[in-house]
Amino acid sequence: MKRFTLFNITSLTLGFAFLYVPILILIIFSFNASRLVTVWAGFSTKWYGKLLQNEAFLDAAWVTLKVGILSSCIATVLGTAAAMVMVRSGKFFGRTLFSGMIYAPLVMPEVITGLSLLLLFISLGVERGVMTIVLAHATFSMCYVSVVVSSRLVSFDQSLEEAALDLGCSQFDAFKSVTLPIIAPAVISGWLLAFTLSLDDLVIASFTTGPSATTLPIKIYSAVRLGVSPEINALSTLLIGAVTIGVITASLVTKRAAVHRKRHEEMARQAEG
Amino acid sequence: MRRAFIISIPYLWLVALFLIPFAIVFKLSLSDPAVAIPPYVPTLDLSTGWTGFKDFLSQLDMENFIWLTEDNLYWKAYLSSVKIAFFSTVFTLLIGFPIAYGMAQAPKEWQATLMMLIILPFWTSFLIRVYAWMGILSNEGFLNQFLLWTGFISEPLQIINTNIAVYIGIVYTYLPFMVLPIYATLEKLDPSYLEAAEDLGCSRTSAFWSVTAPLSKPGVIAGCFLVFIPVVGEFVIPSLLGGSRTLMIGKVLWDEFFSNRDWPVASAVAVILLLILVIPIILFQKQQERAQEAES
Amino acid sequence: MSTDPFRPWEDPQATPLIRFENVTKRFGAFVAVDNLSLDIYEKEFFALLGASGCGKTTLMRMLAGFEKPTEGRITLNGVDIAPIPVNKRDINMMFQSYALFPHLTVADNIAFGLKRSDMPKAEIAGRVDEMLNLVQLSQFAKRKPHQISGGQRQRVALARSLARNPKVLLLDEPLAALDKKLRQETQFELMDIQGKLGTTFMIVTHDQEEAMTVASRVAVMNAGVIKQIATPDAIYERPNSAYVADFIGEVNLIDGKVTSGTEKSCKIIWQGGTITAQPRAKLAKGTEVRYAIRPEKVVISASKPEATNAIKGKVLDIAYLGNISTYHVETDSGQIIKAQLTNVRRLSQRSFAWEDPVWLSWTETAGIVLTE
Repeated sequence: MKRFTLFNITSLTLGFAFLYVPILILIIFSFNASRLVTVWAGFSTKWYGKLLQNEAFLDAAWVTLKVGILSSCIATVLGTAAAMVMVRSGKFFGRTLFSGMIYAPLVMPEVITGLSLLLLFISLGVERGVMTIVLAHATFSMCYVSVVVSSRLVSFDQSLEEAALDLGCSQFDAFKSVTLPIIAPAVISGWLLAFTLSLDDLVIASFTTGPSATTLPIKIYSAVRLGVSPEINALSTLLIGAVTIGVITASLVTKRAAVHRKRHEEMARQAEG
Repeated sequence: MRRAFIISIPYLWLVALFLIPFAIVFKLSLSDPAVAIPPYVPTLDLSTGWTGFKDFLSQLDMENFIWLTEDNLYWKAYLSSVKIAFFSTVFTLLIGFPIAYGMAQAPKEWQATLMMLIILPFWTSFLIRVYAWMGILSNEGFLNQFLLWTGFISEPLQIINTNIAVYIGIVYTYLPFMVLPIYATLEKLDPSYLEAAEDLGCSRTSAFWSVTAPLSKPGVIAGCFLVFIPVVGEFVIPSLLGGSRTLMIGKVLWDEFFSNRDWPVASAVAVILLLILVIPIILFQKQQERAQEAES
Repeated sequence: MSTDPFRPWEDPQATPLIRFENVTKRFGAFVAVDNLSLDIYEKEFFALLGASGCGKTTLMRMLAGFEKPTEGRITLNGVDIAPIPVNKRDINMMFQSYALFPHLTVADNIAFGLKRSDMPKAEIAGRVDEMLNLVQLSQFAKRKPHQISGGQRQRVALARSLARNPKVLLLDEPLAALDKKLRQETQFELMDIQGKLGTTFMIVTHDQEEAMTVASRVAVMNAGVIKQIATPDAIYERPNSAYVADFIGEVNLIDGKVTSGTEKSCKIIWQGGTITAQPRAKLAKGTEVRYAIRPEKVVISASKPEATNAIKGKVLDIAYLGNISTYHVETDSGQIIKAQLTNVRRLSQRSFAWEDPVWLSWTETAGIVLTE
């Protein structure tokens, strides 16, 4: 029954063209010799050179990276714990509130999250900078991590953990040596998701940052508001390239692991027969 | 004991950094702006004890909300946000469903690749994807050059800085949020349902409408929520692609906060935005929980 | 037993309802169904029996219209059905997973096909009630499929596929999802309903007991071809090949060579001695044959019996199954032959134990000589 019909091919082609043509145009014009981003004037990599000399961008990139790594690590720990709570803890006092706080940030308009966190930091008298962005990012991305991890935990065979307990593990030991390795792929994709969300975020970072810390999206936004510029195209191309390489590598690694596993299973079957 | 500990960590974190901040927004929406740091009164001073608290309470009022009802700008912005969110959800559904359907119908060996192609833009920066359209939609941009070349138009169309550009930007950036949940339900659909429908006399088209469409409802609903709710408060897209006449509440809130520095009004705007969204958010959460229960 | 048994396949005047004529189905290089011909008659309860991957499901799906034959043709009432799409065929199918639409109630599921037929709207409700009565589910009409039990779902699926009154009903492993007790009850229900309606049923199953119980004829399939088509008793008593003999029930297969023989009787020499048997036709001297004998036809005794075929051995293993016990006896030449005894006495009074020397014997007509 599974096959490409004409209708399906058409909708997929048009759909993917819609998704990718704008990005392709953006990339092509990052190599344009002219400052005008709409008229082609020959191939050049000069905007990349300019970009690498622009210290403001480099500083912003560094801040973004720091925020991304710190916040995604915190989000992964908290999100995994939250997923365990959601899937395993059954009924407890305030469960509805808890699940509300997990799902709401997924769809909450960023302006509200940003504003509310800013007001919290102000009323606590915290100095705003890298740390406040980290806290803000960790909070909303832990919810994403929790959703990713709990979808894996739902299908996790709990008797594996019970077997570990039966064989003498403590609760924590069983989690560390049985559950965690098995749900690791979900935890890692949760981390990656949290990391990208953090790199991506403009609105919440704009609210929660102070004068000391400017992230790359903030920098890009203030540049872009003045109009298109080939330097931004170059920067975008670099970011898109990094993400593409990352996603493709990740999918190849998982695919190879699956192929390996299949081959091993086949060898085992042959050894048996 | 240990269970309580595991529950308490993420719980307390979310209470401290998600729930309490909302309480503060709510409180601030009842305060008055002032030329001070922080730029509002009253501030709660706990050192004065109970009387200070009572004094603090007595100074709170609904003035900001009254102001919001009196000024047309806010009403129009709310309405226009909901309208834009509604129509862009419909457009995203109309474009996203055939893509998700095509993916689910594709041969098994293709599905992983198609899935990656849908997710890839999702990992690339939102801001960059919106920016990409600035170059395409501008007056000298690609779309206009293309349309001029084909002879459909004789002079450039004004697309950027209009609501059309905002719609394009929203549909473009939110498309994966619609495609993925629909694809997930369609992919899980037992193909023998369709065979049974055909066996019982349906044509392919009527089998689609009487079986596939109703059974893909959970995915469609999830996708619509994932698009509609955040779009109502969207800021980046109207700010970069929309014009002065594009009214969206996220942008109003941003301007109120950063340009006018009227924090109490910005908070009141946020509270009303939240009230508008609270029903869809609760529905979304209930639906997610039901989906998770159905799976386990 | 009626005086005129239902055996249209023996009547040369009878025209079959369904004919497969040299049908081949390939998926790429894989041949699922290989040049197969088959006749099925009206009112038959026909069973396709085979291990998974033998092509039985493909055969049925071609009849339903989900697959098209690569070669050959299939006719229904003499008409080639190749150009008729699934939804226009007078053939309905009951799916292995039941494929009950989860968003519709039991009654709506049954009405689904009727709404897409030329039945007037006013009559649909009546027909649904009739079907609900037939499967005794009237009180569950308003429930959704997930609110009823597995056995009830099976009956809804049956009612849904019968509602359009098809000429042929195809049943794809209809009872596989039920537990053993329920399965046995349901087998009789199926036969009952088939008898009442007179619809031609074709069932696909890997469960030999199920096929033997319900079917008027059984076709044993392997690797895309039909090995044998016969009534259940003929399949069991007179298998035409070692494959069928081994596939249906338990059997001892003994390899040997014909030393002498007539049309009525022959002698077969094998490692453990000589067997006298009745062949189906005269076999030339030196023909390699397999002698098949069912364990329940082997008699086990302590002293040498007066029988045409007798052989000495010792008890190696005893499998106690409650009503019967199977003895694994190792002959002096090292073969293992199974013999079954009905446990008419209590276990403690059993006459044979492990390591006991015993004699195995059987009559000349007990076994069957196979050349393939």
